[in-house]
Amino acid sequence: MSTQTLLRLMVLAVSALIMSCSGNNEAGGGALSGDAASRVYVAPGEKDEFYNFVSGGFSGQLAVYGLPSGRLFRVIPVFSVDPEKGWGYTEETKPMLMTSHGFVPWDDAHHPDMSQTGGVADGKWVFINGNNTPRIARIDLTDFRTKEIIEIPNAAGNHSSPFSTENSEYVVAGTRFSVPIPQEDVSIQQYSEKFKGALSFVKVDPKSGNMNLDFQLLVPGFDYDLARAGKGPSKDWMFMSCYNSEQANTMKEINASQNDKDFIVAINWKKCAELAAAGKGSMMNVDYAHNVYNDETHSASHTMKKQVRVLTADDIKGALFYMPTPKSPHGCDVDPSGELIVGGGKLATVIPVMSFSKMLKAIEGGKVDKMIAGIPVLNYKECLAGEVQRPGLGPLHTEFDGKGFAYTSFFVSSEIVKWSLKDFKVVDRVPTYYSIGHLCIPGGNSTKPWGKYVIAYNKITKDRYLPTGPELTQSAQLFDISGDKMKLLLDFPTIGEPHYAVACPADMIMKNSKKMYQITENKHPYATHKEADTRVERKGNEVHVYMTSIRSHFAPDNIEGVKVGDKVYWHVTNLEQDWDVPHGFAVIGANNSEALIMPGETCTIVWEPKKAGVYPFYCSDFCSALHQEMQGYVRVSNGGSGQLTWNKR
Amino acid sequence: MKALHRMLMATAALALLGLFAFPMWSIWLEAPQYPKGSELGIFVHVDKVEGSRPNDLDNINNLNHYIGMKRIEPDAIPELQYMPMVVIALVGLGLLAAALGRRWVIVVWLMLLVAAGTVGMIDFYQWEYDYGHNLDPHAIIKIDGMSYQPPLIGSKQLLNFTAHSYPSIGFGFIVLAFALGAFVWWSARATVNATERQSP
Repeated sequence: MSTQTLLRLMVLAVSALIMSCSGNNEAGGGALSGDAASRVYVAPGEKDEFYNFVSGGFSGQLAVYGLPSGRLFRVIPVFSVDPEKGWGYTEETKPMLMTSHGFVPWDDAHHPDMSQTGGVADGKWVFINGNNTPRIARIDLTDFRTKEIIEIPNAAGNHSSPFSTENSEYVVAGTRFSVPIPQEDVSIQQYSEKFKGALSFVKVDPKSGNMNLDFQLLVPGFDYDLARAGKGPSKDWMFMSCYNSEQANTMKEINASQNDKDFIVAINWKKCAELAAAGKGSMMNVDYAHNVYNDETHSASHTMKKQVRVLTADDIKGALFYMPTPKSPHGCDVDPSGELIVGGGKLATVIPVMSFSKMLKAIEGGKVDKMIAGIPVLNYKECLAGEVQRPGLGPLHTEFDGKGFAYTSFFVSSEIVKWSLKDFKVVDRVPTYYSIGHLCIPGGNSTKPWGKYVIAYNKITKDRYLPTGPELTQSAQLFDISGDKMKLLLDFPTIGEPHYAVACPADMIMKNSKKMYQITENKHPYATHKEADTRVERKGNEVHVYMTSIRSHFAPDNIEGVKVGDKVYWHVTNLEQDWDVPHGFAVIGANNSEALIMPGETCTIVWEPKKAGVYPFYCSDFCSALHQEMQGYVRVSNGGSGQLTWNKR
Repeated sequence: MKALHRMLMATAALALLGLFAFPMWSIWLEAPQYPKGSELGIFVHVDKVEGSRPNDLDNINNLNHYIGMKRIEPDAIPELQYMPMVVIALVGLGLLAAALGRRWVIVVWLMLLVAAGTVGMIDFYQWEYDYGHNLDPHAIIKIDGMSYQPPLIGSKQLLNFTAHSYPSIGFGFIVLAFALGAFVWWSARATVNATERQSP
């Protein structure tokens, strides 16, 4: 063999080695191993295995994705107006966004949590918090609509919320910002003496899902961050993380990061509820909105409520404790057995794992380090099950696969770390692109995880997608966790900013999904049940149009007698009783939005014409072959008798 | 005629009562907008015409206004009033045949059954013809030479819809009744012959 041939062979061998190495190492960088595509490929016409409800963050909405495909199916309007769906613009939905501050058209929605039965996701409702103007919303999963929004008084920044108990007896609302309670005009310097935190317990009716603010705990003015209810042995307890135990009121990034340990609050909610029911504490005068959407009238009502029961540490002795946890915690997540409570100290160098049984022993044995405002601070070591050493930087949030492993997100080191619940040893880690916040395993917050995937919700995408100017999409990443090693399968973009998310098997929800509303059950006061009943009525300067839509016409479609200065209420009933046949209604110059009306539903858009003339209206959802012809005219006059005429059918 | 024959004949007669529980005929309408699993269906019973789901008939009628087909209004079909009586009469006569144990009565019953079925099919065809051809001159969609009569039996493309017209469970009861009746008629003859051979 000549020297030249030998050299050539060596070059070949080395390059082959390089190729194979790069093939292995770039699993996250784009060169995925061959079967990843097929793992997430859901063929045309096929359906996904899981629903994934992902918070929209500063969009204020809730996005619905399919997994493993990462396809977006629907954005459910919750706290923000949505002209596409008429949400917050139709007369029926405007009351949903009313608060003690009046009509609030936006919020910041962080944490969806699904209702549970026996600690398992049950597919009935998703609860989600509004962080900015403190609220909790309930979304009905039979029609994917927001059915109820309750405002949280005495709170400011509803972050530690909604996090359901094991049978959705309660959802909680811990305040992120402590404020003077009751609100008053005081110096901000008086933070530590005047400012308090309110931890609210909202009772959920097991049948209707209706929410009722049952009681609030008034606690020291820290920043309450995230929560998780216990399960199994710990089911009567709620755990809530908090930072700023320094009670800083300025430059919190430094001043609230001084203490080596902050706290996980352990609340025996069952006991608190019993004490509240027995009349402990006192009633406080407050103002908060309670908005409920009625399925029969297809309309929301808004009521202001005036009182809440508040309990202080003295009222609930033995039901409220602080467990120290290293440093500025975010998540406090309870494993499927209900025994372990995992803290996620953003600035901590370990992941602390607290033991529920040891906590009970510490309480029994009086292992109390000190008292803060009447609340016992338990000894850290006495409650500790163990610490995960050198896990990464900036642990945030943990979910569980039901096979003995926990998965913790790390914002600073931008990775997911898998560790064992037996010996608290790290067993695997994968990078995320970039800076993961929350993560989600289907059922990973419950007693029954479907541990097939973990999804990372990232705050930063930089170079991952085609650039769209300075404002880039945020993203989710799907990892296979069925084997020993986590494996990246898919990146997909998200709406707004994804914070927490929940997922459950598709069957659980699909089987209950409504196809339409029954027209015979439509009790909207302005519903028109058949074309023969269509009409136009005048009440002073209000004109009420009782209109119907069905493929492919409106009735009536010619209206005269409207005057400039009139307020025209278009009450449009979609008479269709067929699947997937919505109609839209749009009229020129409307200062609100379209109405998008589902079969059997009635929606109302108000229109105030400003000039005389003849104006068209039309169907804005392509409904049928003659959708273009689905239109009509309304004549607007200056003065005149105002006698209304229309074409009768 | 043996007791077994009488029992079988009575069963044949009573089998017709199945027509009150199940449709005789079904027409399924499939289209790109109404794919398999979501197709529209019409069930023809002896006493009613209805959709396969609560809103199907209304939805079919709503769609048919595009081609100018008149609405299918079950109340306007008089056959639905007297077909049940025909069925009851056939059940009665069948039971009578069983009671009498006479083969010729069975023959009459079988002939009447066939006659009723034939008349029914002709009538069904005529209704289909009427719906398919008697169209509103102001129809939205008009195509020269196009009619919308569903097939009597089989499948046919009608614009974007494929109409599948086939017998349904109720029809099976008619076939069962006829088969049982014919079997009794045939096998009763065999026993008569056997008795005749043995008796001398």
